[in-house]
Amino acid sequence: MQFTRRVRMAFGGMTALVLAFLYLPLAVIAVLSFNTVSSLSWPPKGFTLHWWHSALHSSGARDALIVSLKTACGATAIALVLGLLAALAVHRFKFFGRESLNLMIVLPIALPGIVTGIALNAAFRQAGLEFGFLTLIIAHATFCIVVLYNNLLARFRRLSPNLEEASADLGAHTFQTFRYVTFPLLRTALLAGGLLAFGLSFDEIVVTTFTAGAGLETLPIWIFRNLSRGEQQPIVTVVATVVMLSSIIPVWVAQRLTTDDGPLTGGTR
Amino acid sequence: MLVLYIGSLASLFLTSLYRLNEDGSHIDKVIGVQNYRTLIDKSVYLDIAVRTIKIAVVVTVVDVVLALPIAFFIAKMIAPRWRRLLVAAVLVPLWASYLVKAFAWRAIIGAPGGVLDKTFGASPNYGEIGLIIVLAYLWLPYMIIPIYSGLERLPDSLLDASSDLGAHFSFTFRRVVMPLLVPSIVAGSVFTFSLSLGDYIAVDLVGGKTQVIGSVVYDNFSADLPFASAFAVVPVIVMVAYILGIRRTGALENL
Repeated sequence: MQFTRRVRMAFGGMTALVLAFLYLPLAVIAVLSFNTVSSLSWPPKGFTLHWWHSALHSSGARDALIVSLKTACGATAIALVLGLLAALAVHRFKFFGRESLNLMIVLPIALPGIVTGIALNAAFRQAGLEFGFLTLIIAHATFCIVVLYNNLLARFRRLSPNLEEASADLGAHTFQTFRYVTFPLLRTALLAGGLLAFGLSFDEIVVTTFTAGAGLETLPIWIFRNLSRGEQQPIVTVVATVVMLSSIIPVWVAQRLTTDDGPLTGGTR
Repeated sequence: MLVLYIGSLASLFLTSLYRLNEDGSHIDKVIGVQNYRTLIDKSVYLDIAVRTIKIAVVVTVVDVVLALPIAFFIAKMIAPRWRRLLVAAVLVPLWASYLVKAFAWRAIIGAPGGVLDKTFGASPNYGEIGLIIVLAYLWLPYMIIPIYSGLERLPDSLLDASSDLGAHFSFTFRRVVMPLLVPSIVAGSVFTFSLSLGDYIAVDLVGGKTQVIGSVVYDNFSADLPFASAFAVVPVIVMVAYILGIRRTGALENL
């Protein structure tokens, strides 16, 4: 469709403003990480690399990063398997209560984190589980599964059923069809969903607060604890800047995966 | 996993029916609705619940208004090459730590001495307005993405047809694009609404004295778990009602 110059300018202008809005806080944090004064005061007083140096040697940040990575990997792995099974079941079979199952599966992301957190906390308590890595990973997996499930179901809806039928007609049994036809078609959705789940788990703080127990510190919890202690604030800004920059990689990968799959899905869009 | 989750919600509900013993040292597992009675009888809590829902609604509306033009611009007005770059640009802030962003806003809107105050001499400071700005900021990508994918699925030929038939752009936007976008907008609103409903960290950082459901639940979590659980049931009811209400729009397929 042709757009008049005025419309185009208006929408372009709004887009620029919204992008500026989105990046303003990120820029403020990045700038403050080079500030000579150890507080979040504006404008910055001078330039220093001191905080970057101390952050590099901060063992607390490194340990927390490792805990976060382990948790996100564990939760994503569980979510990949269970999310795939759930999506397969809902997509493939019509059974009693399918609609309500579909509704219940989205609950973990539709309900606020504090509800999920307290609910899981109460459940773990009643089950007599000790709070630690296990409870943390299970808790994160509950919302990661939803992400995978949604991504996969969206992919299933776009997939042509002809492909699986053709495979069966050519004599492949169910497992072969899944292994050689369905799975390759799902691969990019699995990866994109997995990345998103990983990112959500990595940044999660509310559910973590209620399910990790005392000794375990993920990166967001570390950030939270240190942001309230004045002298550590600049180091947190460095860690935040690094996390921000490294997030460009997964976003870019996920982007490529979700836009480059046109021919694979039969191109009905 | 699903059993675990539903089981957890059930045990949350069960806990909300318990009560603290006389000196508040441990929880008596006696079933009763006294926590809910407190919620209804004390107007403070009712006010807090209403305020929280109001804030969540305003945040959602602000996000829709901000997300529509940028999503439309990216999906329909630029070359595909730039499209991918701009979608990535919207996604990157989503991956940056929630806490750090909230803290950055603390440094931006604080007065005196915040970035806005130093640059323009005026700032909303901490409070309800500041909170709405920050929450709208935090959840904005969750609204942009579903609207963008909705627009991506909308064939360009529809827009062409509308303009060929003589419709003005604003008419096409209102009468062709908007009705088709309803499921996407509603899907986005599930996120912005629910995330605003449960937040307590941003509230603590930039909300000033504002009290919301999340902050009351968090503050009571260690002191009076049954009461905190009862108040946490409120957003569950609101969200379940919301989801049931929107089921027919087809929004759940867009989540």
